[in-house]
Amino acid sequence: MTEFSLPSTVTPTGGARASWHSRASTYVAIGLVALLLLAPQLGVYPVFVMKILCFALFAAAFNLLLGYTGLLSFGHAALFGGAGYMAGYAIKAWHVTTEVSLLIGVATAVAIGFLMGVLAIRRQGIYFSMITLALAQMFFFICLQTPQTGGEDGLQGVPRGALFGVIDLSSDVTFYYVVVAVFVAAMGLIARIVSSPFGQLLQAVKENENRAISLGYSTDHFKLMAFVLSAALAGLAGAMKALVLGFATLADVHWAMSGAVILMTLVGGMGTLSGPVVGALVIVILENKLGEIGAGLAGITGIEWFASLGESVTLVTGVIFIVCVLLFRKGLVGAVIGRIPPAR
Amino acid sequence: MANDNTPALELRDLHAWYGESHILHGVDLTVNRGEVVTLLGRNGAGRTTTLRAIMGLTGARKGSIKVNGHETIGLPTHKIAHYGIGYCPEERAIFSSLSCEENLLLPPVLKGANGENGMSKAEIYDMFPNLKERRQSQGTRLSGGEQQMLAVGRILRTGANLLLLDEISEGLAPVIVQALARMILMLKKKGYTVVMVEQNFRFAAPLADRFYLMEHGAIVERFAASELQAKMPVLNELLGV
Amino acid sequence: MNLDLGISLPALLSQLLLGLVNGAFYAMLSLGLAVIFGLLNVINFAHGALFMLGALLAWAGMEYAGLNYWVMLLLSPLVIGLLGVLIEKTMLRWIYKLDHIYGLLLTLGITLVIEGVFRSIYGVSGLPYSAPELLQGATDVGFMHLPNYRAWVVMASITVCLGTWFIIEKTKLGAYLRAGTENPKVVEAFGVNVPLMVTLTYGFGVALAAFAGVLAAPVIQISPLMGQNLIIVVFAVVVIGGMGSILGAIVTGLGLGVIEGLTKVVYPEASSTVVFVVMVIVLLLRPAGLFGKEK
Repeated sequence: MTEFSLPSTVTPTGGARASWHSRASTYVAIGLVALLLLAPQLGVYPVFVMKILCFALFAAAFNLLLGYTGLLSFGHAALFGGAGYMAGYAIKAWHVTTEVSLLIGVATAVAIGFLMGVLAIRRQGIYFSMITLALAQMFFFICLQTPQTGGEDGLQGVPRGALFGVIDLSSDVTFYYVVVAVFVAAMGLIARIVSSPFGQLLQAVKENENRAISLGYSTDHFKLMAFVLSAALAGLAGAMKALVLGFATLADVHWAMSGAVILMTLVGGMGTLSGPVVGALVIVILENKLGEIGAGLAGITGIEWFASLGESVTLVTGVIFIVCVLLFRKGLVGAVIGRIPPAR
Repeated sequence: MANDNTPALELRDLHAWYGESHILHGVDLTVNRGEVVTLLGRNGAGRTTTLRAIMGLTGARKGSIKVNGHETIGLPTHKIAHYGIGYCPEERAIFSSLSCEENLLLPPVLKGANGENGMSKAEIYDMFPNLKERRQSQGTRLSGGEQQMLAVGRILRTGANLLLLDEISEGLAPVIVQALARMILMLKKKGYTVVMVEQNFRFAAPLADRFYLMEHGAIVERFAASELQAKMPVLNELLGV
Repeated sequence: MNLDLGISLPALLSQLLLGLVNGAFYAMLSLGLAVIFGLLNVINFAHGALFMLGALLAWAGMEYAGLNYWVMLLLSPLVIGLLGVLIEKTMLRWIYKLDHIYGLLLTLGITLVIEGVFRSIYGVSGLPYSAPELLQGATDVGFMHLPNYRAWVVMASITVCLGTWFIIEKTKLGAYLRAGTENPKVVEAFGVNVPLMVTLTYGFGVALAAFAGVLAAPVIQISPLMGQNLIIVVFAVVVIGGMGSILGAIVTGLGLGVIEGLTKVVYPEASSTVVFVVMVIVLLLRPAGLFGKEK
C-alpha cells in the first residue's frame, strides 16, 4: 500500500480561512443534527425527511466523485437503484434483518461500482462520463428484463424488517431515528475521507492529474477507489430509500435519476460537504411541490401558464440546469462560502 | 492613414494577463517599416507573451498596440491579422490532419496594410524547394527544418508585411539555421518588417537592426546594432552570452 | 430457402435491412456528435432532442402548412440548424473555457427543456407520420421484397455521410475545420473567423441530426422520448469508434446497427444491450476505441 504522505506542492492550500470555515460548519452541522432529532416533535412528516436524507446521502456520495475527484459519473442511478432492488429483494424474499439488507445493498453497489469504474477509468475526460452513462443504461435494460425486479411495476411491498432482528422498524418515527443515525454516520465518514490524506490526494488529482502522476502516484488506482467508495455510499442511500418508501422501481435506475443527483450537487455546490445536502433538499422539495409553487407564482404574477408548472418537471429541471451552468456554477453553498470574508 | 513613416508596430504601456497572472508590465516598443528587431531576454521574461499579446492570444490586455498605424488592442484575434501581421508561433503549429500543401495554403490571403498581395504558391516553392517536393506529405511528417520553412512560408502567402517570428531557429541543425538567416536577410531586402524572439544570440545578432532586452515583463534595455559591442557586458550578465 | 438458423433468408435480410436503418441513424448522429466535439470540445447531449425536433418539424410542416416530406427534408434541417446557431451564440459560447463537464450538463439542460416543451404541448403519445407516396410499398428484388422507404433511408444517410466526409477531408472548408480542431488559436491568428466557424459547425452538426430526424419520422414514432434512448446508444457508438475519424464514425455506426439487427434474430432479449456489450469488449481490448485518436 503506497504511503499517503504528500509533498506540500501537491496539497491544495487551505490556510486560516479553511479552518475558520470548518469550525463554523461544525457548529452548523451540530445544529442541523439537533434539528433533525427534534423534527418529528415539530410536526414534520418523518417519511418526507427520510426521503430527503436518502437523496442527500446519495448526492453527497456522488459529490465525493465529482466535487472532490473531478470525475463526472453519469451512471450513479445504477448504483442507487441497483442497491435498492437488491436490498428490497433480500428483505422481502429472503427475510433478512434490516442491517443485513442494507449491507447487501451496499455490497451490490460496490460490485457494480467496481465493474463500472474499471471500465470507465480506462478513458479520460468526457469519455469517462459517456461510458458510465452507457453502462448504467445497460444495467437499466437488465433490470427491465429481470423478472425479480417486477419489471415495469417495480418491486413493491418492501418491508422494513427488524433492526438486528430485534427492533421493529415499521413505525415511521422509529425508523426515522435509525435513518438519521445512518445518515449522520455516513456524512461523518465522508467528512473524514475528504480531510484525510487520501481525500487530499483525490483533490490533487482533480486539480492536476499529470502533476500527481509525475510525483509517482498511480492515479488510476485512486480514482477507482474513489469510485467504489462513492458507489458504496450511494448504494447505502439507495437501499435505505427502498426500505423507507417500501418500493424500488425502474425510475431508480433510469438515467434521469443520474441526472437528478448531478443537479442536486450542482445546485447545492460541488466540492463542498454541505452543498449536496442543500441541493437534495431544494430539488426534492421542488419536485414534490412544483404544482403548488406554480399555482403560487400564477397568483403573484397573474401569468396563468405558471399554474401548469406542476406538469413540467422536465422543463423546470432543464431550466435549472441551464441557469446553474451558465450563471451559478458555485451552487448555493459555494456562493455563500464565497461571501464569507477571509479569516482574521 | 498609414504612410511610409508610420511604424509597422507600436506598443505603448502594454499590459497582459494569463487569467489572474499579470505577465506584461507596461511594454513600450517601436518597430519601423523594413526593420528587423530582436527581443532578447531570459526564459520567462515575457518575450513570447509579447508576441501573443500582439495577436490577442493572451487573456486580458491593456494599453495600446498599433499595427501599421491601426489600433488593435480591442480587436479579436481574427481581425488583427487583417492589418498585415503574420505570426509564426513557437510551437510552429503545423497541422497533422493536413498535408504540407494544405498547410501552406491554409491561411487566407489578406490584403496587407498597403494592399500588397502575398507571394504566390510558385514563388514560395521557389524559395523553399523542399516544400514542393514534400507537398503531399502529412504536415507533421516533415523534418523540423522543413516544418519551420512551412510555418514561415504559409504566412508569406497571406500578404502580411509584418512578421512575428517566435524562436524559429530552435532545435534546428546549424545548416538549416544558416538557411533561415539567409531567408530573413532576403525578406528584409524585400521590405518586410520582422520582429524576432530568439534564444540563439549568434543567430539573431547579425540580422537585427535593433534590439530590445526584456526582463520581468518589461523592456529594460533598447539599443541599435551599432551599440551591440558596448552592450555586451550587460547581455553577458543577464543572458550569459 | 431455409437456413439452419431456423429463419428464412428473406426474413434474415429483412432484419439486416432494419439493422442497417438503425445503423444509418447511429452513423449520422455520431458523425454530427464527432464533428461538434472535434471543434467545440462539447459533447452535445442535445443531439437526441434536436433529432426529435427535426422529426417533429416534419410532422408540423405537414400538419399546419401542408408541406410534404420532400420539402421538410430540406427545410427541417435548415430551421434546426438555425436553432443550433442560436443555441451556440446564446449559451454554448460561455462554457468553452470551462471544464468539459459543463458542456455535457448544459446540453443536458437544453435537452430537458426541448423535451419538456414538446411534452407540454403534445403530450407523450406519438404523432403519426407516413412515408411519402413515392417510397411506400416494397420492390421485389428476387431474393427479398425490399421495403422502399427503408432502402431510401439507408441510401440517403450513406450519401449524406459520405458527402460530409468529402467536405471535411477533401475541401478547403474542411481543411479549416480540421486545422481549427487541432489548434483554433493559430487558425484564428491567420485571420480566419474561427468563432463564426464554430457557430456554423454546431449548426451543421445539429442540422445533420434534424435530417436524420426527418428520415426517421415515418419509421420511429414521433414522441418527446424518441431521441433519448437513441442518444445513449450513440454515445456508446462514439466510445467504440472513437471521435478522431469521420469514416470511423460512419463505419462504426452502420456496423453496430447491423450487429444489433442480427442480435434481434439470434438472441432477441439481448438486442437492447448488445451495443453496450460491444462497448465493454472494445474498452477491454482497445481502450482508445477502434478508430480513436484520443485527445
